[in-house]
Amino acid sequence: MALLEVRDLQVSFETPDGTVEAVRGIDFSLQPGEGLAIVGESGSGKSQAMLAMLGLLAENGSASGVARYRGQDLMAMTPPQLNAHRGKDIAMIFQDPMTSLNPYLSIERQMVEVVRHHQGLGRREAQTHAVEMLRAVRIPDPEQRIKQYPHEFSGGMRQRILIAMGLLCEPAILIADEPTTALDVTVQAQIAALVREVVARSGMASILITHDLGVVAGVSDKVMVMYAGQVVEYGTTEQIYHHPQHPYTRGLIASVPRLDQVDDRQLHAIPGNPPNLLDLPQGCSFRERCGAAFEACGAAPELAAAGQGQQVRCHLERDA
Amino acid sequence: MSANMKRRVGPGQAKPVLKVQDLAVHYQLEQGGLLRSETVPLRAVDGMSFELYRGETLGVVGESGCGKSTLARALLGLVRPRRGRVLWLGQDLTQLDEKALRKKRKEIQIIFQDPLASLNPRMTVGDIIAEPLWTFYPKIARVQVEERVRGMMKMVGLLPNQINRYPHEFSGGQCQRIGIARALVLNPQLIICDEPVSALDVSIQAQIINLLRDLQRKLRLSLLFIAHDLAVVRHISDRVMVMYLGRAMEVASADALYRRPLHPYTSALVKAVPIPDPALARQPVDTGLTGDMPSPLNPPAGCVFHTRCPYAVKRCQLEVPPLRRLEHGDWVACHRAEELDLTIVKRPSSTV
Repeated sequence: MALLEVRDLQVSFETPDGTVEAVRGIDFSLQPGEGLAIVGESGSGKSQAMLAMLGLLAENGSASGVARYRGQDLMAMTPPQLNAHRGKDIAMIFQDPMTSLNPYLSIERQMVEVVRHHQGLGRREAQTHAVEMLRAVRIPDPEQRIKQYPHEFSGGMRQRILIAMGLLCEPAILIADEPTTALDVTVQAQIAALVREVVARSGMASILITHDLGVVAGVSDKVMVMYAGQVVEYGTTEQIYHHPQHPYTRGLIASVPRLDQVDDRQLHAIPGNPPNLLDLPQGCSFRERCGAAFEACGAAPELAAAGQGQQVRCHLERDA
Repeated sequence: MSANMKRRVGPGQAKPVLKVQDLAVHYQLEQGGLLRSETVPLRAVDGMSFELYRGETLGVVGESGCGKSTLARALLGLVRPRRGRVLWLGQDLTQLDEKALRKKRKEIQIIFQDPLASLNPRMTVGDIIAEPLWTFYPKIARVQVEERVRGMMKMVGLLPNQINRYPHEFSGGQCQRIGIARALVLNPQLIICDEPVSALDVSIQAQIINLLRDLQRKLRLSLLFIAHDLAVVRHISDRVMVMYLGRAMEVASADALYRRPLHPYTSALVKAVPIPDPALARQPVDTGLTGDMPSPLNPPAGCVFHTRCPYAVKRCQLEVPPLRRLEHGDWVACHRAEELDLTIVKRPSSTV
């Protein structure tokens, strides 16, 4: 049985300009220990899909579909039922380490609270456990530093603390939403390596949400590419990087300048603008920006098998 | 090799258009208790010297807090430097009064990071692009302005019939195009780009980088391109300057800098950039860096980088290494530059 099984997950938001369909039916499953990356640009629905699953949508949002964690549907749970799973079985790390910690509480208070709630440990044991976790993410002097407040740490250190908090209850799934985006390059490298290391050591499954194809390459086994609220391509990391089949995936990979390649040519930019979710084109959502579009693209393509487990949502001839 | 195909603009050819000498910008911060407070200097930029040539793109990279945005502001005269000179076509901008400085801004323009926030939401696109024209040529004819604005919109890839729309009707990439049109409308010679693509989506970044490169070649502009993304900077720059704690660590041609860094900090930065290739990205990365960046309120003595440098020796704690020119023409601020070989070993890429 898959650890997590998501079927036809849909998310929409009521806005003054109309209903925005942010996620338009995504399906995926996650096996124990597997690393999945969800790649997409702003507005692709990658974060909202995960927030919906954990019952964390904004007030004007609503979701439907099924998200089974070990057979139990998270989407059908009441908030108290969800609380029993959030942080314990499924933990989430957010992008901004500056705003995800409570500035009024010491790190110790924030960490101990989580462990005591979920694991019923006594104060002493919870403290010891929290210190161990800080040591695991390589915070120097964890016994002393745990007494400090968020503002006394640098951005990279705060992100380490968030990772430690995510790992406190040894969740089966760790969801990380752009964990390195807000950090400097040299710190990014440290944090990406840390995420890779803790995931490998604990054997937990992970979902990495990101726009950065460089980060994905090192962390994940499988990649799901999203565009305008839909999955447009799914495959192993090698398939996506070396054999992308959807024109959007190809465009995305080609538009990133690479430091290890001397290249004086023009970057391959994807023409046009990001999709307006209130006014999507008929048929394939990527059609107006796609260099390969033809008549068939007037009808919406289905996500279909494209050989060796790869899946593509495109009318172009797929590799069988 | 494509390295040879690169336009060789830079030292040795003409006189520089911009010459910065020992520029320092210190902010005074209040610190202390209720009874006795004192001010301490934050040395955002602390003794920088470099040159920029006509038609050249000089990239400026560095992590947050290294002073790269303060440098941009100081060049434009938006903050007053504590010492040093900013020679623009031979004239020292730091000596000019406000009025004379304003006139110079016809020649030096800036493009900001946040495209939407840098446009007035209550002005139409046409008025935003035209504003610099009205400021500098108040008596100009209305038809002439409109013609110029439509021409600029076309040049940056906007539809001239959108001239009466407002910024919120445009996407982030289009707003950045508006910002570029506004910067170009006065025919400036130097454009300072402060993180011009970091707020944009990946697929749109490439559009804006290509646009800036095309315009720069067509109009023979000089660009100072400030960014934290090394791959982007390498792609667009002729030469790159690496900053750390308010100082230049290295100034070198873009290719040399990424192939054989001269400064240990440059080497760490280059190694830290994730490579979008699964086999390469899974290999462990050792940047050689230890610890966090020290506070600019209390920078280390000697070389500012010595606290994190894997190659630091006693001398680095005592003596500030000057930015000096090596035989092949690149500049570095490191005592040990000659003895260190920091060549980046190119790893074989993976295939399926």
